[in-house]
Amino acid sequence: MSDASIGTPGSYVQSQAIQAKAPPPSPTSRPWTPTRIVGTTWLTLWIVSGLGIVWFLLNSNSVALVFDGEGLLPVSLTHNAKFLTKYGEKFVSGFIITLKLVGVSMLLGVLLSIPMTFMRMSKNRVLGGIAYGYVYFFRGTPLLAQVFLIYYGAGTFREPLESVDLWWFFRDAWNCAVLAFTLNTAAYQVEILRGSIENIARGQWEAASALGLPKWVTFWKIILPQALIVSLRPYGNEIILMIKGSAIVAIITIYDLMGETRRAFSRTYDFQAYVWAAIAYLVMVETLRRAWDRIEARLTRHLKR
Amino acid sequence: MNEIFTLLSFGDMGWGDEIALGVVMTVSLALASLPIGLLLGFLLALAKKSEEPSLRAAANIYTTIFRGLPELLTLFLVYYGGQILIQQVLALFGEFYFEVNAFLAGMIALSLVFSSYASEAFLSAFRAINKGQYEGANALGLGYVQTMRLVILPQLVRLSLPALSNLWLILLKETSLVSIIGLADIIRYSNMAARTTKEPFLFFSVACVIYLVLAVISSGGISRLDAWAKRGEISR
Repeated sequence: MSDASIGTPGSYVQSQAIQAKAPPPSPTSRPWTPTRIVGTTWLTLWIVSGLGIVWFLLNSNSVALVFDGEGLLPVSLTHNAKFLTKYGEKFVSGFIITLKLVGVSMLLGVLLSIPMTFMRMSKNRVLGGIAYGYVYFFRGTPLLAQVFLIYYGAGTFREPLESVDLWWFFRDAWNCAVLAFTLNTAAYQVEILRGSIENIARGQWEAASALGLPKWVTFWKIILPQALIVSLRPYGNEIILMIKGSAIVAIITIYDLMGETRRAFSRTYDFQAYVWAAIAYLVMVETLRRAWDRIEARLTRHLKR
Repeated sequence: MNEIFTLLSFGDMGWGDEIALGVVMTVSLALASLPIGLLLGFLLALAKKSEEPSLRAAANIYTTIFRGLPELLTLFLVYYGGQILIQQVLALFGEFYFEVNAFLAGMIALSLVFSSYASEAFLSAFRAINKGQYEGANALGLGYVQTMRLVILPQLVRLSLPALSNLWLILLKETSLVSIIGLADIIRYSNMAARTTKEPFLFFSVACVIYLVLAVISSGGISRLDAWAKRGEISR
């Protein structure tokens, strides 16, 4: 093998020279394997549908650039955001209602779940049985059925409720929703708390007892702080589940984010109502998830090595 | 007391037969969504653990969307959005009226949600399988499909079963949402019965009890499945 460019033509050097090889392919150009084709296609589809949604939203509000040939710039932005001007504020108030519903029920749920957890873990058969039944019922049935049971079911007991002056409470959809959500989330929180308390090693109790600490102090100062650290993640998931679950209160005439969306859609038949709601819920859940991750990382920084 | 039995009896006087139809609808919807959700979830898990970054990103977008949206909203997006989309496509070919089947919309929405959660269950099960299992299968001369079928899948079933059975119980409860788009499930019939007979507490209690019974039956099935999946383990 000889290379014409090396040495003088016909010389010994030219006849013996080793031909240069093509350089290896640069590491940045990866081959188009089937997985890469599928992945790229799929990602492109996401991008196209994302752009499609943006186009749909712009189009539904007649947002466009118009060439009018006047002024400093020959183009101007036209828009006709009738839907947003009419329903934008309502969406915001619905958003606040959703946050309020989730916040109030979570707080009440925490208050209710603490005594229920003690009952669930107590050695007393009756108390333990009641707490077990409560948790099993509220975790085993759909939230929708629980809301209906409380809101519509209260109607069966109208007379007895009126006689004890509690009918005003059950007549209001908001109160029933808060009650149902509180009972539901408390049941889940009992399991979160119980699981994390029971997961704390026995040695912690024994060491505290060896130090002469009373049981009460051991629980509040040693067991509970460790248990709460463990339960941070499930608590975060529970808040997200509550936000998503709260959408069903729209069915019992509460105008939360979902309720406002349904109302706007039923009046205008404009599908952008649902698209805005989807964006709002996604942003809410994703923000919370990320914030919770950071809070968790911050609170557990002493556990990292 | 007798009155309650009459209301719940089968036949013209009672609502027993209607509610039984609702139970069939609920169970068949859950059973129809399960295999699609499992298959999609498995494929998503494969995508998420692939070395190809674009595939991982695409699968993660899917999970973020369907885990972040409320199930009810996903259902509405599929039901109304699907209807509008199909109608617009059909309008290109002429005038057609098309109505999306509520069962199909419910099945699609529930499968989408189920698959995004199931993919996480499969993914963590994949991560729990030791690398040595793949190397051992490779050393025996097994190809990719054989490794998957004979070595990885049996372990995957065992490892992901607790999370998946939890998801099944959640799926069973979430089917109640389709009553809102008009599918005649347990909640829908209970609602109708409650309105007609003015006994809302009775009928919604019955609905709750039916869901509890379904959960108990499922738990029984799951524990048998669990015992089957663990048949290779040494009992201690």
